Amino acid sequence: MKELISLAVTAILIENIVLYSFLGICPFLGVSSNKKSAIGMGLAVIFVVTISAVVAWLLYTYILVPFEMVYMKTIVFILVIASLVQIIEILIKKISLSLYKSLGIYLPLITTNCAVLGVATIVASEDYSFIKALVFSFSSAVGFLLVLFIFSTLRQKIATAPVPEGFKGVPISLITAGIMAMIFVRFAGII
Amino acid sequence: MKDFTKGLWEENPVFVGLLGLCSVLAISVSIQNAIGMGVALTFVLVFSNVIISLLKKIIPYEIRIPMYIVIIATLVTIVDMVMNAYLFELHASLGIFIPLIVVNCIILGRAEGFASKNSVSRSFLDGLGMGIGYTLSLIILSLIREILGSGTITIWENIVIDINKLFQDQGTLLLFTDLFLKPSGAFIIFGLLLGVISTIKINRKKKLGDKV
Repeated sequence: MKELISLAVTAILIENIVLYSFLGICPFLGVSSNKKSAIGMGLAVIFVVTISAVVAWLLYTYILVPFEMVYMKTIVFILVIASLVQIIEILIKKISLSLYKSLGIYLPLITTNCAVLGVATIVASEDYSFIKALVFSFSSAVGFLLVLFIFSTLRQKIATAPVPEGFKGVPISLITAGIMAMIFVRFAGII
Repeated sequence: MKDFTKGLWEENPVFVGLLGLCSVLAISVSIQNAIGMGVALTFVLVFSNVIISLLKKIIPYEIRIPMYIVIIATLVTIVDMVMNAYLFELHASLGIFIPLIVVNCIILGRAEGFASKNSVSRSFLDGLGMGIGYTLSLIILSLIREILGSGTITIWENIVIDINKLFQDQGTLLLFTDLFLKPSGAFIIFGLLLGVISTIKINRKKKLGDKV
């Protein structure tokens, strides 16, 4: 249990998926301009990352490894993710139209979010057990939501700050992200 | 010719397009990494552009994206296996960013935006230009980060220029901080570079505006 908690805290705070592993930078810079879309995107990512990492883990452990086809993992994972996103999109549309309206627009974008394939690849290459894979993928995605949300609130402040003209937009966002990364690294002290 | 040169500056995928930033920020800690990653990506980009351009009349429009992804993933797997066999250490230091070339927006972007509409030779040049543009941007960023971070320039395995030592021999002690090798350094240096580039662009526009 202790091990799982420390795995979760590490994945959320210290080795944060955006600020430490550099996964999912595109949506991080693109969608984080307002709070509402940051939360929507974050929730959609939690959904897709957890489900696809679990499915990828099952396929890897019970099909690719026994049949000695580990070299096929990139192709298999990306196809699984692409089709999963489609299935999730259809399911959400059936189950709740209001949820579909708030998450739906972010789902197609997620296929090419490298956080999804990245987490699936890490889970496969680290030889995690099933529970560990579940905890790791879920908390990595929670870390994504956390950083995306904090960043969206920061950006609303930056929008009104006197930033030099050339640095407006992406450059100042990147520098802010750098300072945030410095802070997140220091969370290593709590473990 | 324009197809080749536009990737280098005008439509540079990294500094202008802001594409594929994940790998750019993550692996730019030494020039060796930058060259390795750049060559890997250029290989995949050139071949995926050529193959997709060859098949553009055969691939049905509705399922083109899955087809592109399969082609790209196959090429990435080839690169992954070849690097694992012949360049084991480099492969280890690039880590998961080699398989992640599959979801690099540069490649899918060029496939959808260029190769699926243009001839094979033009797609080849476009891929080559974009790939070299990506590699050069990566080298620039790595150069700055490596000099500031560790005081060395690692061009390839044993070919290392040790600036730190060069100055120490003359009795000057320079301080290098590994902050620039850490993730935060990547964000800050890249942010500053982008800021400087866009400031130069704005100033140039202003000058042109004054003349008109």
